[in-house]
Order: sequence, then C-alpha cells, then structure tokens
Amino acid sequence: MDFSGIIPALPGLWNGMVMTLQLMVMGIVGGIVLGTILALMRLSSSKLLSNFAGAYVNYFRSIPLLLVITWFYLAVPFVLRWITGEDTPVGAFTSCVVAFMMFEAAYFCEIVRAGVQSISKGQMGAAQALGMTYGQTMRLIILPQAFRKMTPLLLQQSIILFQDTSLVYTVGLVDFLNSARASGDIIGRSNEFLVFAGVVYFVISFSASFLVKRLQKRITV
Amino acid sequence: MISIKNVNKWYGDFQVLTDCNTEVKKGEVVVVCGPSGSGKSTLIKCVNALEPFQKGDIIVDGTSIADPKTNLPKLRSRVGMVFQHFELFPHLTITENLTIAQRKVLGRSEAEATKKGLALLERVGLSAHAKKHPGQLSGGQQQRVAIARALSMDPIVMLFDEPTSALDPEMVSEVLDVMVELAHEGMTMMCVTHEMGFARKVANRVIFMDKGNIIEDCTKEEFFGDQSVRDQRTQHFLSKILQH
Amino acid sequence: MNYNWDWGVFFKSTGVGSETYLDWYITGLGWTIAIAIAAWIIALLLGSVLGVMRTVPNRLVSGIATAYVELFRNVPLLVQLFIWYFLVPDLLPENLQEWYKQDLNPTTSALISVVVCLGLFTAARVCEQVRTGIQALPRGQEAAARAMGFSLPQVYWNVLLPQAYRIIIPPLTSEFLNVFKNSSVASLIGLMELLAQTKQTAEFSANLFEAFTLATLIYFTLNMGLMLLMRMVEKKVAVPGLISVGGK
Repeated sequence: MDFSGIIPALPGLWNGMVMTLQLMVMGIVGGIVLGTILALMRLSSSKLLSNFAGAYVNYFRSIPLLLVITWFYLAVPFVLRWITGEDTPVGAFTSCVVAFMMFEAAYFCEIVRAGVQSISKGQMGAAQALGMTYGQTMRLIILPQAFRKMTPLLLQQSIILFQDTSLVYTVGLVDFLNSARASGDIIGRSNEFLVFAGVVYFVISFSASFLVKRLQKRITV
Repeated sequence: MISIKNVNKWYGDFQVLTDCNTEVKKGEVVVVCGPSGSGKSTLIKCVNALEPFQKGDIIVDGTSIADPKTNLPKLRSRVGMVFQHFELFPHLTITENLTIAQRKVLGRSEAEATKKGLALLERVGLSAHAKKHPGQLSGGQQQRVAIARALSMDPIVMLFDEPTSALDPEMVSEVLDVMVELAHEGMTMMCVTHEMGFARKVANRVIFMDKGNIIEDCTKEEFFGDQSVRDQRTQHFLSKILQH
Repeated sequence: MNYNWDWGVFFKSTGVGSETYLDWYITGLGWTIAIAIAAWIIALLLGSVLGVMRTVPNRLVSGIATAYVELFRNVPLLVQLFIWYFLVPDLLPENLQEWYKQDLNPTTSALISVVVCLGLFTAARVCEQVRTGIQALPRGQEAAARAMGFSLPQVYWNVLLPQAYRIIIPPLTSEFLNVFKNSSVASLIGLMELLAQTKQTAEFSANLFEAFTLATLIYFTLNMGLMLLMRMVEKKVAVPGLISVGGK
C-alpha cells in the first residue's frame, strides 16, 4: 500500500467532497420542508390528505434509494418536457437532488409526525383557548417544540443521508467517492484511494454521531 | 448453614454494607428487617453471590462464596431464592418455569422434572394453572409459583427478598401461608420482610439493619419483648411499623 | 423525445434468446431474494452474537462489539461493497487470490462479495436491536436465572434471548426489509438482480416508465408480503398475558 499519491489528488477530492456536501444539504433542506408538509397532511383531519401522505411515505419506504436515483435520472427530463412542453436539459445533479429530497421526505415525515404527536394534547387546547387558529398553533406552539425534541433524530437521518449520497456513483456524478475512485484509477492506486475514502467517511460520520449523542443527552436531561 | 463473616460492600465510594456478621443454622428461620436503603436486600443477595462484595466471606454449607475457585452456578442451584417482583420467566408456561432449571441445571429428565414441578404446584394450590403463562396469573399466584420454582431445585436453604412487598394487600396472606407452612416443615429460611406478624409466628431470630450495619441480631422474643434494651433506631423503626 | 406508452412490453421478446422482459424480472427477483436471504442469515447470527457481547459484563468483549458496530455503521454501504469486491481479494494469499479472481466465475465472486458485505453491514444494525431488546428486560430476570444456578450462556439462551427476540420483532422486520432494498447495490458490481434487470429493460425497450413502475410494484409487494409474514411470526410467538410491543 502506498498512500503518497493522495496528497497531489487532494484538490480533486475536495471538489468531490463539496459536491457530496451540496447533495446532502439540499437533500436535507428539501427533505425536511417536504417532509414537514407531508407530516401535517398525515395529521390533518382530511381523509384525502392524510391518505395521500400515508401512501407517499409507504411507497418511498418500500423501494431502494438506488432505484429512485436511477429512475429520476432517466425520467426527470421526460417529465419536465411534458410539463414545460419543450426540451429542458437537466443534469444528473438536479435529478439526484430531486431524488434525495423526495426520498428523504418520506423518512423525515415520519420523524416530524412522531415529534408532533409527542407534544401533549393540552398544548393544542391551551393555544386554541387563547384564540389561535390551527395554523398559528402549529407554527407558533407545536412545531417549535416538536422540532426541538426531534433534532437528534433529524441529525441522525442526515448522517445516513451523508453516507447515502455516495449512491450517485450510479449516474456518474463526481461526488467524493467517485472522485476518489477516479483519482485512484488514474495512478493505479485504486485500493489506497478506496481506503482513504472509507476513512474520511468514517471520521466524519463517527464524529457527527458522537456529537449528536452528546446533544441528545443534553436535550433529555 | 450460612455464616456471614465481616462482609463489606461498596458501590464506588459509597459503603452499602459495613462489617456484617451473622449466622443462620440449619432449620432456623431468620427474618431480616430495616428501613429502605438499609442494605438488607443487598445482604441477602450476597448470600448467593448475586451481589459481589469486596471484603469478608460468606460460607454456605461449607462452601466459601469469596473463594474464586467456587463454582457459583452450582452453589446457587442449591440455594433457593424468591424475589420481590416474582421474576417468573414470562415467555415460558408455568410448568416450563418449574422444570427448566431442573432439566438444564440439575440434568433431570423431563418426566422427572415435570412430576416434581406439578407436585409442588399442587402444594401451592395452583395445579389448574399449569399450562398458563405467568402474565395470566395474579401477583399472589405468581409469587406462589416462584416459591414452588425455587423448591423444585431441592434447596438446602431458601432466601426471600421482600416476597410480599410488590403484592396487593389482599394477596399477601396467600403467600405468607405458604411460607409459614414451609417454616413449620423445618426449611432453613432467611427472609427480608416487613411482615412482623410472620416474624412473630415463625421466626427464630430477627436481624435489624440500618445504613448497612447489623444493629440487632437476637431472638424473636427479645426483639418483640422489652423495648427499653433495644437500640434507639430499632425502637423507632418498630414503633413506625407497628403503628397500624 | 417522443414517448410511446406500451404496458404490454413485458410480454415482448427481449431479442436475447427467447426471453421476454418478464423473464428478466423473474430472474432479477430471484437474485434479489437469494442475496437478501443469504445476507440476512449472516446478519442475524453475527448480529445476535455481537448484541450479546455488548451486554456481557466484560469490558474487552463489549468493547470489541462496540468497535464493530461503529466501524460498520459509519462507512457508506457502497464503500464497503467496493472494499469487499475490489480490495479484499487483493489481500488474499496468492493461491487463493488466483482462484478467486480467475477460476471463479465473475458472477459467483460478485455474489460472495455482496452477500458478505450486506451480511456484515446489517449485522451491526441487528446487534444494536438485540442489545436494546436484552437491556429492555427487567434486571431481575437475569438475577432470577442466575439464582437458579444457570450459567451465563444458559441465562442468555433460556431466559434473556427468547424474551428479547420477541420484543424486537418489529425493528428486526424493518432491518429485514432493508436487506432487500440494500441488495440493489449489487447492480453496481454487475450482478443482474432486480434493479439491474429493470435498468436493462428500460434501455432495451425504451419503455422507461413501464419498466420502473413494474420494479416499484415488485419491491412494494415484496415489502408488504414480508411485513405480513413477520406479523404472523409475531402473533405466533406472542406470549399469552404479555402485552406485545407491536400489538394494540
């Protein structure tokens, strides 16, 4: 094993890491927004909305993420064309971001739903007794408390997403893993670069989950 | 049968048992009482080494607990124990609860173990429940099964760790009745309990503990007799417990 | 970009031999199931051992299990797969390496890699479930079993594990389903499991939406079927008089 080839490759690897982090952040933000909307639909008294959200969650949770990424990569250009009526070029990056957002939304929805349900019914009653509307109660009273409670879970899910972004390998996006694979292949040191990639993923995920655990303790105490 | 010699135990810096010395002779019934946190449950759990201790020794039927060469599982199989929360195995039927240790620990055949188990179940008056699971029985019934389970191992001594304190009041006597009967048959027993009626009825000796120390170790007659010669703490405890 | 919908596409010939596209899906499903079941067996056995190790009162033993879990949980599945597929064979002794790389048919070596990879990856998750299950039991259960003279292995085998497994059937079910979903990474090292067959169908037939819709339906049905199966298992092993965690 000879790891000396890694130093000159670092700028390229860094670019890959930037793409990994971009995918992750956009996936998390979009996933949480969409997931929260879905959670509110699930909890709403409208049968239609709640069934729709239920079906969405069930659907995305029973198929592999890799399938979603592959499918969206192939399908998004078609769908956009049907919507806009003209050829709109979309890169693999956009289709992957959309795939992550929609896939993660199903998981975030369940986290948010559990978080909202963990807030006591009395809070809802108290807010409404003060004259707040349902929307105000959710936005000002319930969701802020729920998000505080579920922060550790949301972060844990984000760490999982950080690891899962490596699946964009399948559509040829040059994220961190793929840039490591490519740099290693060029100089014939693919094993060393693979180990390096593994170590970097490990260090980041391990430290992040360590911090999440500490945060969790602080929240529960 | 049991001799407890100078036993000391710490949880970190906190000393839970201090210089405990006492003896339980064959056929004797000894009641251990004291306020909560006095170390009485810890002491009785030291006797079958469920709780380790750092200093001193306990000799059970000639076998040293502190000796690292002692085969503890073997020793425990000869010492019956009844727990506050029954601790029947909820995934097994009553019959299986009564036979599993006979078969797996003592190596008895299934037929032999079942015969013995059912006979003991009959003795505690629960034959009708043989095929049920513990969760389907009341607390008092579960504790009677737990006593039968301990007896199924033919123990040389029985340890009771607050056997009635987790029970609803109306179920206490059915369990105590079984214990009294056992005492009358000559079983060697060490019982941690607050049931002073039971102590008066069958105990030979009473031990009173406070803050990890054995304060009193005397006959039942002395313990319940003239209070003026007793320790202040004992008087205080007894007055509280006998008020009602 | 004209798109011709054709739901009958699955019954058409692929042009490869006499197979229809549906045959491809059936083959793919077969591979998916084979990979998942094999990996699950490894995960369940190894994960149980590790889970027990994490609860044993011995720092070294529980430390080893903890290190295993951290290692396998914090490296992406795909990186692990590449390590098993590309790197590990290079580390084998020479004669074994030759056999693995040259004598073995490429499908078999890819299959071994993915099964080992998924098995060890999932074992870390099973370990955490088993540990949680054991630690959820009342402390008195262990004491009671030891008081009756059971040795430590007997305590686990007869008293703790039978109860712990019953508690963790629901989370174990979702890990079981995850193995099926995760097995799709096998498509990235050339195994023709369900996702790979779907991709191939999409490319050959140009009926992209139909191809992926069918794949989705198969995964969905598989998921539902396995969930029902596990519910039946849960009911079957439920103990009368005990409130099961999954029940109402």
